[in-house]
Amino acid sequence: MKARIHVTLKPSVLDPQGQTIQRAVETLGFQGIEDLRQGKYFELTLADTLSAEQAQVMVREIAASVLANPVIEEFNVELE
Amino acid sequence: MRFGVVVFPGSNCDHDAYHVISKVIGQPVDFIWHRRSTINGADAVILPGGFSYGDYLRAGAIAHFSPVMQAVKQHAERGGLVLGICNGFQILCESGLLPGVLMRNRDLRFICRMVTLRVESTDSPFAHLYRPGQIVRMPIAHAEGNYFCDPPTLEELRRERRIILRYCDAGGQTIAEANPNGALDHIAGICSRERNVLGLMPHPERAAEEVLGSADGRTLFQSMAVALAGMVRD
Repeated sequence: MKARIHVTLKPSVLDPQGQTIQRAVETLGFQGIEDLRQGKYFELTLADTLSAEQAQVMVREIAASVLANPVIEEFNVELE
Repeated sequence: MRFGVVVFPGSNCDHDAYHVISKVIGQPVDFIWHRRSTINGADAVILPGGFSYGDYLRAGAIAHFSPVMQAVKQHAERGGLVLGICNGFQILCESGLLPGVLMRNRDLRFICRMVTLRVESTDSPFAHLYRPGQIVRMPIAHAEGNYFCDPPTLEELRRERRIILRYCDAGGQTIAEANPNGALDHIAGICSRERNVLGLMPHPERAAEEVLGSADGRTLFQSMAVALAGMVRD
């Protein structure tokens, strides 16, 4: 089983890296980009012995306590 | 009275802190390897600057899980002194010993230069030998020093006078140009509610002797030594 976790800055938090990347992209001539925000992606390979519910609980706890800083970040978990 | 300087893999200001405590302040000090589960009986713990664990994940995020941090937390809960400098401040925020987070600098660059700071509150074991409103000079050297917290936390920090240092210009004004990294409310250093844990981005240990261009940081360590002498005697 794979767990895929996206960690992104909260919408209220300024993302200067995303803004800089957006400007670079626009310099290349790409148009119509209204916003670009940078995030982090984690992929966990989980033992088959874990049930989907167990995995969901565990991965959410990992994301909340380690992968994301709740002061500025939020996360999204997908299990497959 | 003993000081302890925690050494994480990637700490690089640990010897500077050790030097200031032992040679400039003249107090006993030990290094504490981060894998230890005790702080060797230290009365004050310093989390030094550097790049613990290569700043992997987020600056300070992995160091928070080092075994010694449990002992540091217990020490703080007992009222013991904990000073976090630069990466140490980042670790204190990641550990929840101080509120908020140090984000990437506003201009995304690593900044290494002398800054001027205003002492906003002298009410702590770290700053009681400064004068209120004193303008001091210390260097900063960081890429993630942009302090951020949510509005209720900022309100609490202000109300409880827990903002110890703010970035300012040479005249003491907190103008935008004097804020090197975009820190919220010009915050350079804050203390815990009980005032026994201090985190700051500037490096007082690099400004503790005249030969380094400023000795203003020495007062911080002297404040700690005087406070500790009182605590140990009591």
